[in-house]
Amino acid sequence: MSAELALRDPTAGPPPIRPSPRASWAAGPSRIASHARVSRLGLRTVALGYLLLLLVLPVGMVFWRTFEHGLAPVWAAVTAPDAVHAFWLSLLLVAIAVPLNTVFGVAAAIAVVRQRFWGRRVMSSLIDVPFAISPVVVGLALVLAYGHNGWFGNWLDSVGIQVIFSVPGMVMATVFVSLPFVAREVIPVLREVGTEAEEAATTLGASPARTFWHVTLPAIRWGIVYGVVLTSARALGEFGAVSVVSGRLSGSTQSLPLYVQDRFENFDATGAYTAAVVLAVLAILILVVMNVLARNRRVVA
Amino acid sequence: MAIELLNISKRFGEFVALDDVCLRIGDGELTAVLGPSGSGKSTLLRVVAGLEVPDGGRVVIGGEDITEDPAQRRGVGFVFQHYAAFRHMTVAQNIAFGLRVRRRPRKEIADRVAELLALVHLNGLADRYPAQLSGGQRQRMALARALAPEPRVLLLDEPFGALDATVRAELRAWLRRLHDQVHVTTIFVTHDQEEAMEVAQQVVVMHEGRIEQVGTPRELYEVPRNEFVMGFVGPVNRLGDAFVRPHDVQVLPEPDAGTSEALVERVIHLGFEVRVELTLDDGRSVWAQITRATAEELELERGQIVAVRIAAPRQFTST
Repeated sequence: MSAELALRDPTAGPPPIRPSPRASWAAGPSRIASHARVSRLGLRTVALGYLLLLLVLPVGMVFWRTFEHGLAPVWAAVTAPDAVHAFWLSLLLVAIAVPLNTVFGVAAAIAVVRQRFWGRRVMSSLIDVPFAISPVVVGLALVLAYGHNGWFGNWLDSVGIQVIFSVPGMVMATVFVSLPFVAREVIPVLREVGTEAEEAATTLGASPARTFWHVTLPAIRWGIVYGVVLTSARALGEFGAVSVVSGRLSGSTQSLPLYVQDRFENFDATGAYTAAVVLAVLAILILVVMNVLARNRRVVA
Repeated sequence: MAIELLNISKRFGEFVALDDVCLRIGDGELTAVLGPSGSGKSTLLRVVAGLEVPDGGRVVIGGEDITEDPAQRRGVGFVFQHYAAFRHMTVAQNIAFGLRVRRRPRKEIADRVAELLALVHLNGLADRYPAQLSGGQRQRMALARALAPEPRVLLLDEPFGALDATVRAELRAWLRRLHDQVHVTTIFVTHDQEEAMEVAQQVVVMHEGRIEQVGTPRELYEVPRNEFVMGFVGPVNRLGDAFVRPHDVQVLPEPDAGTSEALVERVIHLGFEVRVELTLDDGRSVWAQITRATAEELELERGQIVAVRIAAPRQFTST
């Protein structure tokens, strides 16, 4: 206050009337605070409304419609032979795609981050291709390459292996679409942990294999875990690519998402909703596992 | 064991990191490699460890040519600036790593780990994780880990670079005492001349991939071979072709034979040391380093005219 007075021209007459310091103190911050509160509430409302309309409501509807007529029809739908087959086929696809893409993803990440070779950038971009290409196109590409008249198709026919319209093709489609996740999760972690710990292990006499198992792998394990979770979710839910290559033979080449579609198209609402609920529950389980792991991570590291 | 580097060269693309470097380090010595960043000092250390492969030259440890040996089999201990701790292992597991790799008996490992924990003053912290340690503690753990397999040589790459000033000073003194106890041939890379001179018996000054001078801290300071060494191991004033240390700029109350007049521009009190910025009568600027007592005696203040004698100016015929 005194500094302000000292600066004012003494010939300028009396100071203009201003609100008392106390009033301005009371008005200023509280007005700012209420603004902040309004915008905060607005943001929350929009975000929650968005989630509610697009996610919670539709998924909730599926659950509600499923159990609308009690548990008996649900049980009947769950235990229908084609449903059981679809369930196990989906788990099989996950069980093959996840380990394959985990090994590939970790190897690719190490190659991209730790090694210098010609084509490294190309490889890094190639890993992302499944993100960019529509799954339907992936399916068509597989049909072109491995189908009856495809490049490898004739040869595969001659040795008696059927890829397209059969489980091997579905595995390939699933592996393809879920390929980038582990690599994309592990690459930044690998960059962040740096090379010093690995070099330290080497100078302490550890072989490359020992360094990998005892130093590199523990350092990137959380990246791998998240990658595996995302890979599983994607492999489980994949529809487009698998749909094209499967031929959709119920009881044979129908994974769970294909089965949902099949039941829906055949006006079997209970069958469709029940299978959808099973899919949703599996996905939720994966999310729960991820959250539990994330919590443990905070406790340990 | 003695370390010999014979005509080591290393390039990274166009950048010459090491240019025909020759160096001999005696058995049991504690040597500092001192230089600005990009001088090649870290590369030199990594070549000794086998973490970089030189483009040319030989590395000899204890009379044995190990140039072709991978890092894994060189038997060197390496300590990194950022600790390189194994974060998922406890302190004890970190220290035991090199011993477990060598498949030593469990009992022997436990004894050795206990011994090293005592040596680096981390008793009682064996079961902590690195994240639960301070920076200084982590670096002592890294040192214990490097020493555990009884390496032939110990290599420290800016070991105190990530620590704050107080901890650095403590660890320097501690490292010197540790070397008296352990007596392993040690090379220690730093860009801090005070650190190099305080810790090491022998200092190697590097610049642009070459060794400029090797000597005791005192030799480097008092008989620098060239302009770069003179400037790097201590503060200097440059007066035309001559270089003079600020403590050789004497500030006197009265003119005398060989003195010239100077104007006091600024007096900076740093405790025991006082820095006086001066403008000589020919317009050139120098600064003098004097003691607090001298400054008080002269009652120095800005704007004052004093007499200055430039003692021991040094000239280098060529860089």
